[in-house]
Amino acid sequence: MLKKLSLLAATFIVATGTALADPVSGGRANAVIQPEPPSLMLGLVQNGPTQMVAGNLYESLLRYGPDLEPLPQLAKSWEISEDGLTYTFHLYDNVKWHDGKPFSAEDVVFSADVFLRETHPRLRQSLKYVESITAPDANTVVFKLNEPFGPFIGIFEVGTMPMIPKHIYEGTDYKANPANNTPIGTGPFKFVEWTKGSHILLTKNEDYYIDGLPYLDEIYWHIIPDAASRSVAFETGVVDILPGGSVENFDVPRLTAMENTCVTDKGWEFIGPLSWMWLNNREGPTADKRFRQAVMYAMDREFAKDALWNGLGKVAQSPVSSSTRFFSDDVSQYPYDPDKARALLEEMGYDGTPVRLLPLPYGETWQRWAEAIKQNLEEVGVKVEIVATDVAGWNQKISDWDYDLAFTYLYQYGDPALGVARTYVSSNIAKGSPWNNVEGYENAKVDELFAKAATAVSKEERQALYTEVQQILTDDVPVAWLLELGFPTIYRCNVKDLVTTAIGVNDGFRDAYIEK
Amino acid sequence: MLRFIAMRLVKAAIILIAIVTLNFFLIHAAPGDPAAVMAGEAGAADDIFLEQLREQFGLDKPLLTQLGLYLGGIIQLDLGFSYRQQMPVADLIFDRLPATLLLTMTAFVISLVLGTLAGVLASARVGKWSDTLISTVALLFYATPLYWAALMAVLIFSVQLNWLPGFGYETVGGNYEGLDRVIDIAKHLILPATTLGLFFMAVYMRMTRASMLEVSTLDFVKTARAKGLKPSIIQRRHVFRNALLPVVTLAGLQAGQLVGGAVLTETVFAWPGIGRLMFEALAQRDYNVLLGVFFVSAAMVLLFNLITDILYRVVDPRIRAS
Repeated sequence: MLKKLSLLAATFIVATGTALADPVSGGRANAVIQPEPPSLMLGLVQNGPTQMVAGNLYESLLRYGPDLEPLPQLAKSWEISEDGLTYTFHLYDNVKWHDGKPFSAEDVVFSADVFLRETHPRLRQSLKYVESITAPDANTVVFKLNEPFGPFIGIFEVGTMPMIPKHIYEGTDYKANPANNTPIGTGPFKFVEWTKGSHILLTKNEDYYIDGLPYLDEIYWHIIPDAASRSVAFETGVVDILPGGSVENFDVPRLTAMENTCVTDKGWEFIGPLSWMWLNNREGPTADKRFRQAVMYAMDREFAKDALWNGLGKVAQSPVSSSTRFFSDDVSQYPYDPDKARALLEEMGYDGTPVRLLPLPYGETWQRWAEAIKQNLEEVGVKVEIVATDVAGWNQKISDWDYDLAFTYLYQYGDPALGVARTYVSSNIAKGSPWNNVEGYENAKVDELFAKAATAVSKEERQALYTEVQQILTDDVPVAWLLELGFPTIYRCNVKDLVTTAIGVNDGFRDAYIEK
Repeated sequence: MLRFIAMRLVKAAIILIAIVTLNFFLIHAAPGDPAAVMAGEAGAADDIFLEQLREQFGLDKPLLTQLGLYLGGIIQLDLGFSYRQQMPVADLIFDRLPATLLLTMTAFVISLVLGTLAGVLASARVGKWSDTLISTVALLFYATPLYWAALMAVLIFSVQLNWLPGFGYETVGGNYEGLDRVIDIAKHLILPATTLGLFFMAVYMRMTRASMLEVSTLDFVKTARAKGLKPSIIQRRHVFRNALLPVVTLAGLQAGQLVGGAVLTETVFAWPGIGRLMFEALAQRDYNVLLGVFFVSAAMVLLFNLITDILYRVVDPRIRAS
């Protein structure tokens, strides 16, 4: 009875805002995966394509709705103590691994406390706040924290904390375990085969712990390396689902004009991809705050959104994405205003020193965007040289601080403590990584506010602290924020409930079905 | 002949080691390292993670030690391990080899046979409209960028006419078996193999035509004519056989590239071959895979050069005598 009730609750939440017709079982989903994942073992490899496929194989304790509120996954319910130090999760009691062995709280303890602590750098940051993880009984897990950590309830997503089978991995060399090639999870789909360079096949998990789910019989992930060929694959009906970012943006209008084709930019709320240009705060014209503000005024970001991103996404107003918790728009605003930009440049006495701009080597859209920015900046009198690199070269240049302006986008993971602070706190300035405080911004007040906000217990207090930090940052402009990216997921309209959570396609096709 | 082959094999081994060493330094001279690329794909990395990866890849060791380890492996025919793909490099290459060989050899045969035939045909009708037509088409094939030709082929034969599949090695999820599977693969092969063959087809055509015309003015051909031999026999036995030498040279060069795959064609047509493997490895700085592919293709080039030299001796007795 309890199981049915929770199922009902979960289904209701999932169905909110989506099709209300009766789901039908059966059918095959043909989707594109790009690039080919290096591995499907989500505990070892956490890149985008791995999570997209493996989000069907592995699960975590929770999922998150589009508003980032936690939903049940392996945990059917949970409690947080008032002091914010104890998190107790109650697990479904009929869950099995794909090899038939029962899943229990011991697996959760092993995954979080042993396996992922060693292999998952992003989770490791959050686990610093964890004093102990225990399993008082087979269906209960307790996380005890050493101090409150605001975003803690947000780390139980499949990409952050995938559950790993203890009976397969305990005591082995994780990276060399042969099971990595035939991943075993608790997810709604099971791994069948992976023909390298061609496709990955998953099949329905008949023993899934929620009756009736999943609806689809199988999923084929097609590996097609060329963006134009991926568009053709959709046009010729070989694939029916193009997850966000699969095709070049300029192909999107053509594809979405096809019959029976739908598009959504939902499903990125948790990840919250925010794009910006690194501005080297250490040297050259970009070291001057007025220059950085001038860059903000000089950019026509609405144009970039409409012309390059087909109107999807939003112009970024703050270092915190509007879908991330504690976003505030009570900050300095930078509308497109070339005159203001010119005035600021004149005030600082900009001498015409050229600046180097590194586009993101992720395809045509980014190249064009760099050209648009170059044009914007040249209109206000800033000389720009575009420097071409490949991905590895780009990583190297950013890690070595060898740039003036450089495109990037990073994920926010739903909370400023997880995905925003790392870009601006001074303790995160270190050569050798392109994802830390690469711009070299130092502000003791900002460091203090981020530290306080991460461990504050009440939402109100956290909001106040984060609003203040957003105000300081938007005034100092350590980096030039561009857009909250809207990656369009394109699919046939008869594929229903494809994107239902804040992680979208990355959360797996558990609820998706094909309308007859 | 055996002594000749043995000498050439020893030389080849030395050249291979030199090639591997040179490639090793070239690849490491490119900016970027695989640990950073992999960490980047993981979304967020910390220093411990980067260090772990570097240690795993052996990137924390001095460059010369890395080279020594790699060469030591090569001598034992161990091409190393790809950490990105979590597989031994040799397995990765041999997994992809059949698809690549099928594509490149089909393209090779198409271009060699059709190109040579067209060349012979054109040379027999010099100045006539059929010669002009063949030469113009060849020029067009020669000048068209492969990437564009591939996209146009997909657009016309796959998207517009819907005659042939536009990409892939076989129908994913088709579950064909036996003859049906062969037919399915053949259908998938037509567009990439033809596109890939266009350039060399044109080269063979022009080379055969020019060579046929040149040889047919030589003294021994005049002698043959004076002896009263039939023109068809002169063409076949005297002109064609002698005109083949440059074609064999070229075929040897092309054959050497068979294993290296065809990066552009394999990428556009999503053909799961070695060219794509190499392209992706380059983007990810997957050093061992790159070096492995270079090693195998260099070995093939050397092998086919040897075969070409042997074929020379068969085709032209004068080389044997010297």
